[in-house]
Amino acid sequence: MTLLRVLLLLLVLSPFVARAGDDPIADLAGNYDDIRHAVDALSVSGNARAEPVIAALQNGALMVAADRSLWIREGDAMLDARSGAPGSPNGPLKPVRLNNAVRRAIEAAMGNLTLFSADPARRLKAAQALFAQPDPAALPTLDRALAKESVAGVRRLLQQAQAAAVLAGADAPIPDRLAAIVVLRARGDLAASNLLAALAGQPPEVAAAAAEGVAAIARAQKIWALAQGVFYGISLGSVLLLAASGLAITFGVMGVINMAHGEMVMLGAYTTFVVQQAVGAWLPGLAAAGVLIAIPLAFIVSGAVGIAIERLLISFLYGRPLETLLATWGLSLGLQQAVRSLFGASNRDVSTPGWMSGAAQWGGVTITFNRLYIIIFAAFVLAALMAVLRATPLGLQMRAVTQNRRMAAAMGIRTPWIDALTFGLGSGVAGMAGVALSQIDNVSPNLGQGYIIDSFMVVVFGGVGNLWGTLVSALTLGIVNKFLEPVAGAVLGKIFVLVLLILFIQRKPRGLFPLKGRAVEA
Amino acid sequence: MASLRTWLRGAALGAAALAALSLPGAARAQDTIKVGILHSLSGTMAISETTLKDVMLMLIDEQNRKGGLLGKKLEPVVVDPASNWPLFAEKARELLSVDKVAAVFGCWTSVSRKSVLPVFEELDGILFYPVQYEGEESSRNVFYTGAAPNQQAIPAVDYLMNEEGVKRWVLAGTDYVYPRTTNKILEAYLKTKGVADADIMINYTPFGHSDWQNIVAQIKKFGSAGKKTAVVSTINGDANVPFYKELGNQGIKATDIPVVAFSVGEEELAGIDTKPLIGHLAAWNYFESVDVPSNKAFIDEWHGFTKKPNRTTNDPMEAHYIGFNMWVKAVEKAGTTQPDKVIDAMIGVTVPNLTGGYAAMMPNHHITKPVLIGEVQGDGQFNVVWQTPGTVVAQEWSPYLEGSRDLIADWRKPLSCGNFNVKTGKCGGASK
Repeated sequence: MTLLRVLLLLLVLSPFVARAGDDPIADLAGNYDDIRHAVDALSVSGNARAEPVIAALQNGALMVAADRSLWIREGDAMLDARSGAPGSPNGPLKPVRLNNAVRRAIEAAMGNLTLFSADPARRLKAAQALFAQPDPAALPTLDRALAKESVAGVRRLLQQAQAAAVLAGADAPIPDRLAAIVVLRARGDLAASNLLAALAGQPPEVAAAAAEGVAAIARAQKIWALAQGVFYGISLGSVLLLAASGLAITFGVMGVINMAHGEMVMLGAYTTFVVQQAVGAWLPGLAAAGVLIAIPLAFIVSGAVGIAIERLLISFLYGRPLETLLATWGLSLGLQQAVRSLFGASNRDVSTPGWMSGAAQWGGVTITFNRLYIIIFAAFVLAALMAVLRATPLGLQMRAVTQNRRMAAAMGIRTPWIDALTFGLGSGVAGMAGVALSQIDNVSPNLGQGYIIDSFMVVVFGGVGNLWGTLVSALTLGIVNKFLEPVAGAVLGKIFVLVLLILFIQRKPRGLFPLKGRAVEA
Repeated sequence: MASLRTWLRGAALGAAALAALSLPGAARAQDTIKVGILHSLSGTMAISETTLKDVMLMLIDEQNRKGGLLGKKLEPVVVDPASNWPLFAEKARELLSVDKVAAVFGCWTSVSRKSVLPVFEELDGILFYPVQYEGEESSRNVFYTGAAPNQQAIPAVDYLMNEEGVKRWVLAGTDYVYPRTTNKILEAYLKTKGVADADIMINYTPFGHSDWQNIVAQIKKFGSAGKKTAVVSTINGDANVPFYKELGNQGIKATDIPVVAFSVGEEELAGIDTKPLIGHLAAWNYFESVDVPSNKAFIDEWHGFTKKPNRTTNDPMEAHYIGFNMWVKAVEKAGTTQPDKVIDAMIGVTVPNLTGGYAAMMPNHHITKPVLIGEVQGDGQFNVVWQTPGTVVAQEWSPYLEGSRDLIADWRKPLSCGNFNVKTGKCGGASK
């Protein structure tokens, strides 16, 4: 019965089948090995349906029915995989599942199939895919593509893909292979080094040239690694700076040991989550800008909570640092549990908008966009904070109150209000840090706890009450941490930083940039 | 006057009626079997453990609707050890000596288990521990329904070696006992398979590590030595989200360097956009996506009980499901909830698991489990790409570690020992 059906099927489909019993499209309904071989076979078959079918497979749009017929889902319509004609499958459909081996085959196949696209961007992607999955069988196609290619960038990549494919095969003549090694060596990145390192077992002259290429790439990479380390350090530093700059106000300027500072950061991150949900529900067009909308809102939410905390709790505890510490610590536990009851204990998914994901390659340095934007954002927040302190009446009054409270009161400044607003400002800045952290860390009730110790470290190291000190100290700690990490490991690295910091505070108890003058003695 | 008498009589009648009503009530209260639930509902571990408390309440509720156990209703006693390890021991003592519970279902981290272990041994309680762990332990009072390393880690490594052709290994973990022991076992195992020292990179990070730039770059570099590389991740809980985000950002795809994780399940993926992670792997003994009728019924019931139609299920929940059903069966077999009798009755009890097979309690107090390898899908679920042909028996003492090679656990009489040394023929200490 089944045999009959298969025969009938083959008969009906005979125009699409090259040889009986060798039907790659039908194999797509088989197991992972079948699918992989089918993709390989399809990509070189010249079948006009190859590209749409493999693309559908890649996007999870290829479905298989109970009778093993294959369909492509396009919106609500179902297209027959073989003919591309709309139809209606009988019975329920299941998507064709992939595994990593199949995915690799698909990438290579799509490279093969889109190499002659009219769009240079697609050709570039195709060349990249072919470079990543070198296959000697693709060489004739690559040669044809190279002969036609006019765009320099695509041409270079095609040559590299060709070199990779030459080296992947066993039968290329030695001069060709040596030439290919030169091309890969010029590419100079880890992927090239990876391919060259695989050549150790080849004839001596090839192996020697490859080893030399690996060494040359490693030398260049060493220098790039230094630049990369600095970028990582600045990036970590910018995160520390964001987390600490709010504390630099509340602890640095006002002298309040606020253990609930981390929770202000956490509230900012949850605000981002709520904003993203709301934007997704009501203004889907603005989804990519959700993070930007969240920045002022997080400032307002955390700032308002900060003002409430100052009025209801901290204002009764001025001059009693130990009690402030305990009270705010209790408050931080309370806030965590409140958020946990409200939003649930599990992490919340704050998605990264498209313009913030991915990375750019600058020589041997990978610059990830989300980190880059956070660095820029941290600089912006610091500048804004300085501007508020230096150039606004509020900033003037804040400085007046912290420098000489009684004199400021005598001049008509409502010092309790200024205290509340200062605390609100510091908390609001922490909230903005939360928006940035939601992009790189978990949005969970525990988010703030991970940053509270680091924040205090930054402020103390930089010198209490000095924003420039906070900047320098955040960057220093970030870079030192990132250069220690590969050598000592993440755990020991952190310990070393802490020990160094303790030793430093022993020598300079007031930090890098201590405040001078009478305010200090008061 | 008459009215006062009437009133008095009425009042007396009312009081009598109240007393009559309340008496059987009091009798009923004594007739329940108490079940302790020892999971953190606040603090860092609340993220994982709250779900297990809920699933236990569901299972107990279901059992009561089926008529309870030994003709009595089950009564859950929930305590909150607040992710605080010493508090776990205190709460365990409270459950056993004040509430007099018949069995306790609880703990997540190994350190919390180690903290309550002496309490259970001293007061002769029963603990069901539902999480995969590092092994190297077997107590008479604990039933381990999670996976031992050979029921999760080793099959996963085998899969990568055979199916993906991996030759170079990054063992990345959070710095505490489970990753360190598991990695020690894996390192020894890989070496028996002929993997050179230079092809193994071991990396530890602190709890909640959030800046992965350097380490991911290091992994990328390690993976560019011309051999297929994979990451075996025992990174725990919160640190996973930034780790996977960084992998995605630096453009490491599963087709280049696959990551197989032992602590990342459906629950953890709920906080991440999984599209950049498609193809990364996890090894568990259960996935929500397993398509069998018993699992579908379980998921439906879970959604009905929690009234949240998209709440996920995960591996430790299945472990509690198996453990609870085993306990019920053992109590029925023993005819009593007395721990000594139930402990002896437990061995050999077999109940269905949620992946279409059966789980049996072995003499080493661990259960048999199938091992499933799943790939992350775009919707936060896993697609099972490989699984062991049958179930795997736990090796609580790893044959790959120097100190435990010759030890076995067998709680059947007359051996009754958790760490019997087959070389010297002696039971080494932990047994009573």
